[in-house]
Amino acid sequence: MPSARKRAWAGFVLLAVGLAVLPFLVDFGLGRTWVRLVDFALLYVMLALGLNIVVGYAGLLDLGYVAFYALGAYVYAWLASPHFGVHLPFWAILPLGALLAAAFGVLLGAPTLRLRGDYLAIVTLGFGEIIRIFMNNLNAPLNITNGPQGINLIDPLRLGDVSLAQSHVLGGITLSAPHQYYYVFLILTLGVVFVSMRLEDSRVGRAWVAIREDEIAAAAMGIDTRNFKLLAFAMGATFGGLAGGLFASFQGFISPESFNLMESIMILCMIVLGGMGHIPGVIFGAVVLTLLPEALRYTGDAQRALLGRIVVDPADLRMLLFGVALVAVMLYRPAGLIPSARRRRELAAKGDVLEQEQASLADTAR
Amino acid sequence: MDVFLQQLVNGLVLGSVYALVALGYTMVYGILELINFAHGEITMMGAMVALAVIGALALAAPALPGVVIVGAGLALAIPVCMALGLLIERVAYRPLRNAPRLAPLITAIGVSIILQNVAMLIWGKQYIPFPAILPQGRHDVLGASITDVQLAILLLAVVIMAGLTLLVGKTRLGRAMRATAQSRQVASLMGVDVDRVIAATFVIGSALAAIAGVMVSAYYGLAHYYMGFLLGLKAFSAAVLGGIGNLAGAMLGGLLLGVIEALGAGYIGDLTGGFLGSHYQDVFAFFVLILVLVFRPSGLLGERLAERA
Amino acid sequence: MTVLLDVRHVAKAFGGIKALSDVSFQVQAGEIFGLIGPNGAGKTTLFNALTGLYPVDAGEMRLDGARLDGAKPHQVLRLGLARTFQNIRLFAHMTALENVMVGRHARTRAGVLGALLRGAATRAEEAETRARARALLARVGIERHAARLALHLSYGDQRRLEIARALASEPKLLALDEPAAGMNLAERVALRELLLQLRADGLTLLFIEHDVKLVMDLCDRLAVLDYGVKIAEGTPDAVSRDPRVIAAYLGGDAA
Repeated sequence: MPSARKRAWAGFVLLAVGLAVLPFLVDFGLGRTWVRLVDFALLYVMLALGLNIVVGYAGLLDLGYVAFYALGAYVYAWLASPHFGVHLPFWAILPLGALLAAAFGVLLGAPTLRLRGDYLAIVTLGFGEIIRIFMNNLNAPLNITNGPQGINLIDPLRLGDVSLAQSHVLGGITLSAPHQYYYVFLILTLGVVFVSMRLEDSRVGRAWVAIREDEIAAAAMGIDTRNFKLLAFAMGATFGGLAGGLFASFQGFISPESFNLMESIMILCMIVLGGMGHIPGVIFGAVVLTLLPEALRYTGDAQRALLGRIVVDPADLRMLLFGVALVAVMLYRPAGLIPSARRRRELAAKGDVLEQEQASLADTAR
Repeated sequence: MDVFLQQLVNGLVLGSVYALVALGYTMVYGILELINFAHGEITMMGAMVALAVIGALALAAPALPGVVIVGAGLALAIPVCMALGLLIERVAYRPLRNAPRLAPLITAIGVSIILQNVAMLIWGKQYIPFPAILPQGRHDVLGASITDVQLAILLLAVVIMAGLTLLVGKTRLGRAMRATAQSRQVASLMGVDVDRVIAATFVIGSALAAIAGVMVSAYYGLAHYYMGFLLGLKAFSAAVLGGIGNLAGAMLGGLLLGVIEALGAGYIGDLTGGFLGSHYQDVFAFFVLILVLVFRPSGLLGERLAERA
Repeated sequence: MTVLLDVRHVAKAFGGIKALSDVSFQVQAGEIFGLIGPNGAGKTTLFNALTGLYPVDAGEMRLDGARLDGAKPHQVLRLGLARTFQNIRLFAHMTALENVMVGRHARTRAGVLGALLRGAATRAEEAETRARARALLARVGIERHAARLALHLSYGDQRRLEIARALASEPKLLALDEPAAGMNLAERVALRELLLQLRADGLTLLFIEHDVKLVMDLCDRLAVLDYGVKIAEGTPDAVSRDPRVIAAYLGGDAA
């Protein structure tokens, strides 16, 4: 085997081993809370990759993405909790939630097809808010969502008699609930990554990027832009719905609070910061933005140590820093912190005057 | 009929506030084709700054007439908002003027988040009350009642809108603004200092936003760091309804949206047999927005836009 | 000679402006047909109507018998009409190779399932798409730029890339909107060679152009538009002597 391939395999094996023991390392070094955080990070990776299809590939700025997350979560809650008294197993509900989310993706995407970037953003934002308002108020006359209180006592993931919400001992090693959920989430996240990679490097992926680059030219080249846009919405929504169902089973309770506009914006932030349209960048963005707020908590301790008291509550800082990060990234690193090789080339070539001229010539010609 | 008239009055008052904020959105969009997400937050800042002054003065000098105190609040809020608008344009939007459309949009969202949280850090998360220092009289108009505050809002809004129309229609600056909205390149070739015109647009819009912010907080009796978001969205919907980029459209759209919201909130219980209550009021703006964008994207007074190949 | 493109009595108005009035002409299979006229005559409007960008108010357009009017742009492409744009509409952040691969979209089939499973058929299709794209790049002479982003190509190369992309869809009729605009003499010569070669390979060409010399040299026949009306149709010789055409270009009394 040539050495380049050997190195690739070695790296791969290392990564696999690293991922396999990660929860134990984190538990040992940082504590159980951080293992839960890693689980959430995986959920957000799924969400970010889903939104990446809509925004990163197809170029459709969806600001209401959290609606699909909410849908998946509520479907799970309806079918696996005392709320309606229905308790279906997860392998039945998760696909159902994902499918329903996909259907909604098509439904919500359909009216937006002819809208341009900014209008599309606002309309999808509107949809997201409408869904949240409905979730908050559909508790009378029929109690569908239980309003602002949400639904709790949601069944955890269960494999036969084994509930993932309880610790188990396997071969002398203790697996807590967050550990067990980690492995389930990891497998599904890897699946989502796989699907994203396959889609990106395919006829479908090219069609999406073509639509993003120039919709009129894409249609002129035979791409049914309507269908492909709906497909992007549907695929993104599927991942959102899947993540939502997992979230419900993991946290055990859900309420409309968790599905507000800030969530949509945060997921967008993950993609923008990490590198839009670039899978490693998106994963990076999702992981960093999930773990950073926790890390920010330490600034509370630092403030106490240095100043004797907390001047600024770290939790309040979180969103402020997000806002600053969004602006800073757009101004200085618009391709994200981990841009794809192609974007890097494009940004690097900016210095060449001739190429800039050509670029502006081609660009103004829109 | 009484309900109808009362809601109509309420709707017109609220609508005129929406109109003032919508004007800011529409002016910026007309020139830059950018949705200034942060505009709602500037309105909020106007309210917060003004309330800070008003609250302090009401305590320190309760003998002063309410109108004077509010005037003092406005006197600080307006310049602060103008400065804010200028700063945002210069730092966050100008560098991205030639970037793909997504970039300034995301930046605008970022600025909006920053403003919201700065306000939260300065003034906290609680509701800030508007002191009851303004005259509380009620007047009867054809069976509906209108308070002094509502009347003041309506009149002030009308005066401002008239003033703006004059500014844009008759002054040199207004001409420059209209030219820049038509074509930035050509306007600059004709000697218009495009950067200054754009800055002026932001400044004017922000001033309007400050006044609108004070109006809203006077109307509802309170201000809150999160109040800008929904207000901004509704005002933007109003601008779209009337035809984005069109000043008269923003005014019409604002008034219409206010009325639709008020009437809707009043009648929605009856219309849906009690299934939906008035707390669904906020969705009206969204529905209007979506319907307009899907069926008549150019709005009521806008021109039909065709994509050129 | 069979009629490939049949345009009959097409009319299109924008608001009060009649961009096209009762325009009719026919393009024979295998010929190079030119569409000329002063600026604003409606040539690009006609192209846009042909390719489904907007509907016509009246008239019919048929490609090889199939109705074009009423079809959406991607349907027009599938029927066999591919175009380039006056203002170059490439996929700027895709490589030259990828741009041409997108051109193959309508002649390939792999969907989501194919993308996910990557079975033998899909892999073969991808390989063929890539190979054909490369061949087309070579044909227009920009193979060395295959891995460059489209926006980094020189102006002339960008125009050639657009042609390659349009060719990828195996069209019956290639519609070019001012393909020589902005090109220097050497590039025009190369373009002329390319177009002649395409015609030799059996392709039918319809193009809008301002370079009168190029048009007279290349075209078998042409049509002249002025203010949305067709004022002449025929061989370059005949058209260049038509008094109405002369009046349209040079002003003065109409004949």
